[in-house]
Amino acid sequence: MTKVTMTVNGKPVSGEVEGRTLLSQFLREGLGMTGTHIGCDTSQCGACVVHVNGQDVKSCTMFALECEGAEVRTIEGMANADGSLSTIQQAFQDHHGLQCGFCTPGMVMTAAALLEKNPKPSEAEIRDYLEGNICRCTGYHNIVKAIMAASGQDVGAIAAE
Amino acid sequence: MPKDHGIGASSKRREDVRFLTGRGRYTDDINLRGQAYACFVRSQVAHGRLNGVNTADAEAMPGVIRVFTGADFEGIGGLPCGWQVTDRHGEVMQEPGHPVLAQGKVRHVGDPIAVVVAETYDQARDAAEAVVIDIEELEPVLDMKAALEDGAPKVHDDLTSNLCYDWGFVEENREAVNKAFETAHHVTTLELVNQRLVPNAMEPRVAIGDFDPGTEDSTLYTTSQNPHVIRLLMGAFVLGIPEHKLRVVAPDVGGGFGSKIFHYAEEAFCTFAAKQLKRPVKWTCSRSESFITDAHGRDHVTKIELALDAEGHFQAIRTETYANMGAYLSTFAPSVPTWLHGTLMAGNYKTPLIYVNVKAVFTNTVPVDAYRGAGRPEATFQLERVIDKAAREMGIDPVELRRKNFITQFPYATPVAVEYDTGDYNATLDKLLEIADVSGFESRLAESKARGKLRGLGINCYIEACGIAPSHLVGQLGARAGLYESATVRVNATGGLVVMTGSHSHGQGHETSFAQVVADMIGIDENMVEIVHGDTANTPMGMGTYGSRSLAVGGSAMVRATEKIIAKAKKIAAHLMEASPDDIELKDGAFTVAGTDKSVAWGDVTLAAYVPHNYPLEEIEPGLEETAFYDPNNFTYPAGAYACEVEVDPETGKVTIERFAAADDFGNIVNPMIVDGQVHGGIAQGIGQALLEGAAYDEYGQLLSGSYMDYAMPRADDVPFYTVDHSCQTPCTHNPLGVKGCGEAGAIGSPPAVVNAVVDALQRAGHTGVTHIDMPLTPSRVWSAMQG
Amino acid sequence: MYAFDFERPTTLDEAVAALGTEEAQALGGGQTLIPTLKQRLAGPAKLVSLTGIAELRGVCIADDGAVCIGGATPHAVVAAEAAAHYPALAALAGNIGDPAVRNRGTIGGSLANNDPSACYPAAALGSGAMIRTNIRDIAADDYFQGMFTTALEEGEIITEVRFPVPQKAAYVKFEQPASRFALTGVFVAKYADGVRVAVTGASEEGVFRWSEAEAALSSDFSAGAIAGLAVDAENMIGDLHGSPEYRAHLVKVLTGRAVTAAG
Repeated sequence: MTKVTMTVNGKPVSGEVEGRTLLSQFLREGLGMTGTHIGCDTSQCGACVVHVNGQDVKSCTMFALECEGAEVRTIEGMANADGSLSTIQQAFQDHHGLQCGFCTPGMVMTAAALLEKNPKPSEAEIRDYLEGNICRCTGYHNIVKAIMAASGQDVGAIAAE
Repeated sequence: MPKDHGIGASSKRREDVRFLTGRGRYTDDINLRGQAYACFVRSQVAHGRLNGVNTADAEAMPGVIRVFTGADFEGIGGLPCGWQVTDRHGEVMQEPGHPVLAQGKVRHVGDPIAVVVAETYDQARDAAEAVVIDIEELEPVLDMKAALEDGAPKVHDDLTSNLCYDWGFVEENREAVNKAFETAHHVTTLELVNQRLVPNAMEPRVAIGDFDPGTEDSTLYTTSQNPHVIRLLMGAFVLGIPEHKLRVVAPDVGGGFGSKIFHYAEEAFCTFAAKQLKRPVKWTCSRSESFITDAHGRDHVTKIELALDAEGHFQAIRTETYANMGAYLSTFAPSVPTWLHGTLMAGNYKTPLIYVNVKAVFTNTVPVDAYRGAGRPEATFQLERVIDKAAREMGIDPVELRRKNFITQFPYATPVAVEYDTGDYNATLDKLLEIADVSGFESRLAESKARGKLRGLGINCYIEACGIAPSHLVGQLGARAGLYESATVRVNATGGLVVMTGSHSHGQGHETSFAQVVADMIGIDENMVEIVHGDTANTPMGMGTYGSRSLAVGGSAMVRATEKIIAKAKKIAAHLMEASPDDIELKDGAFTVAGTDKSVAWGDVTLAAYVPHNYPLEEIEPGLEETAFYDPNNFTYPAGAYACEVEVDPETGKVTIERFAAADDFGNIVNPMIVDGQVHGGIAQGIGQALLEGAAYDEYGQLLSGSYMDYAMPRADDVPFYTVDHSCQTPCTHNPLGVKGCGEAGAIGSPPAVVNAVVDALQRAGHTGVTHIDMPLTPSRVWSAMQG
Repeated sequence: MYAFDFERPTTLDEAVAALGTEEAQALGGGQTLIPTLKQRLAGPAKLVSLTGIAELRGVCIADDGAVCIGGATPHAVVAAEAAAHYPALAALAGNIGDPAVRNRGTIGGSLANNDPSACYPAAALGSGAMIRTNIRDIAADDYFQGMFTTALEEGEIITEVRFPVPQKAAYVKFEQPASRFALTGVFVAKYADGVRVAVTGASEEGVFRWSEAEAALSSDFSAGAIAGLAVDAENMIGDLHGSPEYRAHLVKVLTGRAVTAAG
């Protein structure tokens, strides 16, 4: 076992891990932060996406020891300081961008990363950026709509409702 | 103006807040003190004789607590099947045993043989590799028709063959149908495959067994759509635990789509092992493992024939379907190709004679059971495809051919045993043509052509039977369970309500929409109503959520219980206001005496119920809590029309969905936002089936599409925005809310629209020999079809 | 995963030393290796992560104009930093996998693995790149030796890949719908001394150069120049997603499209 130290959602944390301990395992089992989900084992589904040093990564495809000294941000750290939903989270609720909620943490983290790079993405850019996040419930319609809305775009003309 | 609260309002989902902040509580998020971890040793061959399992080395590995094998389950029941089909000769189906761990034989890749329980998951998995399995490999049977040939290897040695049943429906119509075909003006024949799918809820299955040695109570935490069903099946048929000593909890569940209805071996194992070991035992499925253990869906091979007269009126339909059961009968498997499929073969059309033959077959593959739509997508696909083909053969516009044959008078008794209560198929079709802008298709076609692309338009209708199900009817059809639903409404002293429902939400938003209904009935704020589900310890016996039944059946139970609450509350209010209960009206959360200005608030009445200082104790008991069970007297029949426009790249065969529109009649709507979302998701699954998804086995019975590297799930860039409409509403006539159910429509209605559109595109481009392409319509398949 | 020791050196020398022990394996971004380890299809005694070595990261321009990419540079960095110098290469890097994968996956990891459906091998072979390791330079033409097989020796680390910049180039990828790897991908690059065409995803032999197309395009760099050519389906991959004949057909279609895209 090796000690690993990192910052998660602004708080310094450390723990003893094996070489094979994944970042997702460290978060879920080591820190009890179960918002990050595991939906596959081939790095396809994106339910485990977190930010490491500002980059969106799949935490199930990265070892905890690779995050030594890193700044990690997870879904638990996405709400506003007062506990209210952030703009992206609120848009997901407002536009029904989630159903079972299992892919949602990864979707929100990916959307946040996209909007940091591209504050007003087009529909096509959003769909392209979500390539590594699978949702089985929503058909993506309301996820794309929510991300457009979160970026301040008028989604009133988009079909339905 | 859209409503802003209550029934008909797009209330935002309250459950979203926890899901969006990482505070959902899914089964894998639960860890119990002292928990051990299970790793299953599974068959790597499709068919084999199990000559021995040596666990000695594994048991000596670090952290190993115990290794279980089939021998530990001798004398313990197998996984039961919940439906018994009677075949066309009056014989009951062949029903093989389904052991928790393999006994004597393994029958599919993934069949569990042994389980290592250890202190950590990695230790369990390390030791699982040290379990020595002696298997004599046998020739597998994979193809359904080959499985029925004389001399085919038998999946189950104790059965007479691999035929589960040969079902005829309606058997008495068989000769009349055959005769109609002999004299028909035109017969259109289509052979097709409705391919095997893997449901792939994003949350893999998890089971945690727990046992309290003090009380001898067992608890199972599991990813289930119906915890009471699991408690009954596992308690009564597998482990012999009475229901009062067994609690099943299905907390937040990350999608189901049918795959989490069934009782699985891992649930029974963890509950059993926890009792044996006196400590919690947890199993978490990996995605790779889920591909070979979760029940698959569909897998039908069908020949359908449609007889028409010279004007295009449907005269008769005859089908022959081979339905794959896989290696064992999963919980509801036998019902899917029969009662959920044969009864829908009339579709939206007046066809006087229908005969459906289904041969259910055992093969060395993962068991097949209900997957979103379950039988109804298979019925809709073959019917709507053969109608399109017939239209082309007879030179009739496919929309007109459908209209010509629509059922227009309701109620309508079909020749396949169901009675549609309401519907207006012309209305949904008209609405579809409008929202899909079908009149603009020609200009879009020209624009596609200018870019070197083929374009096609596919339109189809669908009907489904939901609100599953009238117990008196399904009992006659072979169900071994009733299919009612339950609700307990508990009013607290301060006026808030808790509704405990037997329905289960795993994405459907019941916590919000159910609260809207109750709040609307009483006239109080939705936030005063809490919906509790998923725990047998605090909800009444319920049958769970599948078959688009929650609101139609569970919601009806909740309405009935709330009606009882209101009736009792009126008596209390009458007492408080010294009036007759008959004169009491409830509106906007206040009780008034008709014709007077006397009024008491909802909260005053609820307080009186629990603080009965001034209370009619001689007439009614204190307290305000009521339970209702609701058993529908018919199915509900949502229906609609779908349109898809595709582009096809003529050089590569790649199909892109350019436009998709759905006009559905779901009867009354409680939360339009949620209904839209249900349709969106169903459409994406239907597009997935049409273009992307397919479980394929190789000749040895190995699953080729065993991970997301080869099983193509629809992604955001595979689908467009959808145009959906549910303004055509013919309310259900026999449930109190007039609702029909919306969960499966998208998955039922969309595959034929996509395939019709691709065939249309190819036909328009001169590939007149292409009348059908089997799903999934991969670029490779479409390209091959274009090569002739 | 089987248990293994984990090291994360910060210099190349430390990494080389760490890899000198029995059953040690280098770990790039891990986007392919970690899923492989999860399936227990590999069981190294030690993993040596290369992601902490600053000298292996980054994009720079050599004196001869070649674009030089550090072996541990993630795809997303290549997509951003090579865009001004070698747009076709940057575009290829920016379309590998998905955004999260691109933030971790590295060029060295991709080339060392040499998946027959990966994108980078097409760029390296199509550009006639030089693969530099801690001990030598290997020309792309000598580097790729068939599916999952390369010229790399045990413990040898890709430190840099040098791409000569062509006059025109483009990569066209036809995605396998599940994995999003290339069902077939074609990289076309026009240099002063001729055209190179590298094909990934199609052949049982891994990435290869389509020499007939190279010859035709070297004399006439237009999609029409390959119209008369045919690709033999023999040795093409046949699987769930496409037959050998289909892949052979795609090679030609995508080559034409790449030429057109290159302008």
